[in-house]
Amino acid sequence: MNEIFSNPVLAKALPEAIVETLQMVGISAFFTVLIGLPLGVFLHVTVPGGLRPMPVVNRIVSDIVVNITRSIPFAILMVALIPLARLLVGTSLGPVAASVSLSIGTIPFFARLVEACLRDVHHGKIDAAQVMGSTRMQVISKVMLPESLPALVAAATTTVVTLVGYSAMAGLVGGGGLGKLAYNYGFQRFDVTVMIVTIVLIIVLVQLIQLTGEWISRSLDHR
Amino acid sequence: MITVTDLRKVYRQGKKEVVALDGVSLSVPKGSIHGIIGHSGAGKSTLVRCLTLLDRPTSGSVNIDGTELSSVRDSEIRAARRRIGMVFQHANLMDSRTAAGNVAHPMELVKAPKDKIRAKVAELLKLVGLEGFENAYPSQLSGGQRQRVGIARALASDPDVLLCDEPTSALDPATTDEILDLIQDLTRRLQLTVLIITHEMHVVKRVCGSVSLLSKGRVIESGPLAEVASDLDSKLARALLPLPASEPIKGALQAGPVLEILFSGDGAKEPVLTGVARHFDIDLNVLAGSVETLGGQQFGHLRVQLGDDADRDAVLGYLRSRGISAKLAGSVADEAELAEFAPADTDFAAETGDSK
Repeated sequence: MNEIFSNPVLAKALPEAIVETLQMVGISAFFTVLIGLPLGVFLHVTVPGGLRPMPVVNRIVSDIVVNITRSIPFAILMVALIPLARLLVGTSLGPVAASVSLSIGTIPFFARLVEACLRDVHHGKIDAAQVMGSTRMQVISKVMLPESLPALVAAATTTVVTLVGYSAMAGLVGGGGLGKLAYNYGFQRFDVTVMIVTIVLIIVLVQLIQLTGEWISRSLDHR
Repeated sequence: MITVTDLRKVYRQGKKEVVALDGVSLSVPKGSIHGIIGHSGAGKSTLVRCLTLLDRPTSGSVNIDGTELSSVRDSEIRAARRRIGMVFQHANLMDSRTAAGNVAHPMELVKAPKDKIRAKVAELLKLVGLEGFENAYPSQLSGGQRQRVGIARALASDPDVLLCDEPTSALDPATTDEILDLIQDLTRRLQLTVLIITHEMHVVKRVCGSVSLLSKGRVIESGPLAEVASDLDSKLARALLPLPASEPIKGALQAGPVLEILFSGDGAKEPVLTGVARHFDIDLNVLAGSVETLGGQQFGHLRVQLGDDADRDAVLGYLRSRGISAKLAGSVADEAELAEFAPADTDFAAETGDSK
């Protein structure tokens, strides 16, 4: 225990690393939901037989954009997107720059989860909404999204947990945060204390996210 | 009043054309309940989808109180749909909304003022007997209560027509009757035009004033309940007044002719059978029978065997002269005719063959 408090690295660099990790996860989670949710809705409603079938556009978005992005390993995608981060935020270093590639890496993942959640809304409910005279937007906003909200929250939770993992990887290529701390000190300097503390912190962070997500999902679920 | 004229729906499956509805015509006056009965695959679901415009009919017309629905433009389709309230087999309520929220749903779509919605929701929930359940979620309600919420929701847009698609098929018998009675009560009170699509004859018997039999996309029989039930040759009469497949009482019978007799109205009150026995001085044996009240009239359907010395034509004439439908169902010894009644695995025909 004493070692933890007397460790100079932990005392100096740890608070900053925690903030950076939270920044990366927070920013990219925000943009992932902001863009991934509409993308998921779009993928769901444009399938053949969907609410607004657009088979060709759906194929293009689904196959090219989503599947190709998802098939590139995140470590590679991250490095490949460094120029884009520089273009968007002016730098390729730091948590904000890392959030660009983190978001782009998780948006397709989240969109697929959203699509699956919406597919689980019973078709009879969509029929009922249409028969009572809903517009397509009303079907989406008053039936599809509210009815799948508990599942959507669970999907978002899974996505944020994935983001924590990705953020550690992003730390290696200039993002900072707990990943960088563990790599620089724990791996390259064989500082076991730093390694263990970062691992524990990441586990605690993931647990908190998971438990909070599950709690929200459950309290929204009236089934 | 809803009038459906020569409705056709053809689906394309690759190069093949599948005719789901082949010229369906119906007419249901205001304030009455019409049943549409048919086996699965008869075209019931397609009919529902065409009436609610979830699918466009290939040709034909659907007309509600003079407004043509089948030809409305896409922009007017939502207003047209609001003239039809729909009740589903599984209620199809939103799980994320309370009972009150579900009933309010159709009114929210047209942005009705909040206080108006609240008042109407309270009124509708009271109408379907769910006062005090405003804040209950569907998961906290029984199947019958859920269906009541579904009915209240269907009425929220003040529709002229209530379309019920298998409204009781997922309910137990007692709840089925409660829901049917509610539908009947609402029909009378709100002067609705009601169409009930079902595969259960019980539903038709209990609430429908008229009925259509749908088979392979066509209406093959249709009419007021009392009328179709009095026709001994109609499929609907056989389904409304079913006779059990009779296991002939072995050995106890002479090989006499078997008659099918259908009484209706006043005929059902007269002691016709004893009349026949006395008039012709013959013995009678009742093989099977069924008695029902349909559309406010008494009906009786009997299968009777006469002694083999009886003059069957005279008996038939006697019955018909008293306004009772009767026909020859085939004699016990008649193997071919009996195939319809006797289960295929009995060796009944062989046995009677021996006794000849």
